Amino acid sequence: MSLWEYANPVRFMRLSDRVLPAVSVLAVVGLAIGLVWGFFFTPDDYKQGATVKIIFLHVPSAMMAINIWGMMLVTSLVWLVRRHHVSALAAKAAAPIGLTMTLIALFTGAIWGEPMWGTYWAWDPRLTSFMILFVFYLGYIALWAAIEDPDTAGDLTSILCLVGSVFALLSRYAVNFWSQGLHQGASLSLDKAQHVDNAFYIPLLFSIAGFILLFVALVLLRTRTEIRLRRISALLTRERQA
Amino acid sequence: MRALLTRDLALALRSGGGFGLSLAFFLIVTMFVPFGVGPSSATLSLIAPGILWIGALLACLLSLDRIFQLDYEDGTLDLLVTSPLPMEGVVAMKALAHWLTTGLPLTLAAPLFGFLLNLPSGGYLWIFLSLLVGTPALSFLGAFGAAITVGLKRGGLLLSLLVLPLYIPTLIFGTQTVVLAAKGLDNQTAFMMLAALSLLTFALIPFAAAFAVRVNLR
Repeated sequence: MSLWEYANPVRFMRLSDRVLPAVSVLAVVGLAIGLVWGFFFTPDDYKQGATVKIIFLHVPSAMMAINIWGMMLVTSLVWLVRRHHVSALAAKAAAPIGLTMTLIALFTGAIWGEPMWGTYWAWDPRLTSFMILFVFYLGYIALWAAIEDPDTAGDLTSILCLVGSVFALLSRYAVNFWSQGLHQGASLSLDKAQHVDNAFYIPLLFSIAGFILLFVALVLLRTRTEIRLRRISALLTRERQA
Repeated sequence: MRALLTRDLALALRSGGGFGLSLAFFLIVTMFVPFGVGPSSATLSLIAPGILWIGALLACLLSLDRIFQLDYEDGTLDLLVTSPLPMEGVVAMKALAHWLTTGLPLTLAAPLFGFLLNLPSGGYLWIFLSLLVGTPALSFLGAFGAAITVGLKRGGLLLSLLVLPLYIPTLIFGTQTVVLAAKGLDNQTAFMMLAALSLLTFALIPFAAAFAVRVNLR
């Protein structure tokens, strides 16, 4: 029993059919706990007041925006190396979700930035990097939409994702070189004890878990749709040839 | 490979396309900036490095679809793929030919156009050097974008959407090299990063672009 068995679309469909409802329910529960707790049952920050509560949307969506690109990079590599169609379709399915997460992060950041920094937008390195990430997502999605043949589209978008990852990373550090920032450092990290007070930290973890599960549910759903679309087009072609 | 390079150069020169046109485009962009921001020489000298770099970048972008499109249409590209020459070498030669016909003329013209934009006196040498070192990266990255979109009917707009984000690091380090020099500050780091970026594209892009060409001709 290996992970690769789920590269078979039939097995993937069977498994995802069973997993999807559970993941969806968990996502709703995680988001409900994280957001309700975060919005209504946490104290106001002594400096930022109630605006601090946007952290429960801003931090998880920003994390997802970056990690979804990472997931696309991995699935693209799997497609290029092992040529599993589910992998290419999962990358295709994830891209619009990543784009949306980037937008959510940018907009919540702007709403947060106005009371805190006195401006909705500044050409700060972190903000600019997210804008750049947004453009990379746009290019990737546009390329999928432009090519008809699915295998060609899978190959070309995968290689774009690889090259794009290198240059998105380079841009991120180039942007640091270019301008000094307003944005604070990372809110959470694995190697430091504590950055955020527990009153915010625990609901934030629920919220992050909710966002991750939501992403998994959406990717499964969208991948299933893509597989079905592929099946329909294959059936139509067969019918036309018969 | 040398034969391929001279062939591409001859085609570019004799068909009267890319060579003069991208220079003319660069001149027009340079000319339009004072119309847009006003003729004040203080403002112009402040934004001159960025304008020259962006102008060169856009002029370079305009001629990218020529790298593979014509050869794709008349079947030359199919012959090149089946020839014993490695596709990576073909891509590198085509990117080099593109640089010789667009990047190099732009580099040579930039100090002159910098004069029009009242570039500070410390910037002339560095706008020349930074473009000389940076524009090859633009040609190579552009060749990658051109390789991806070669099979598409209307690849032009998509090509710019794919390629322009890849140009961001080059643009940042290129302009910083000139801006810092114009202010009389140390620009070693920016210039070395620019050179490193170019070397990175020489090393990596031919493989990615060759893969994309093979996929498109499958």
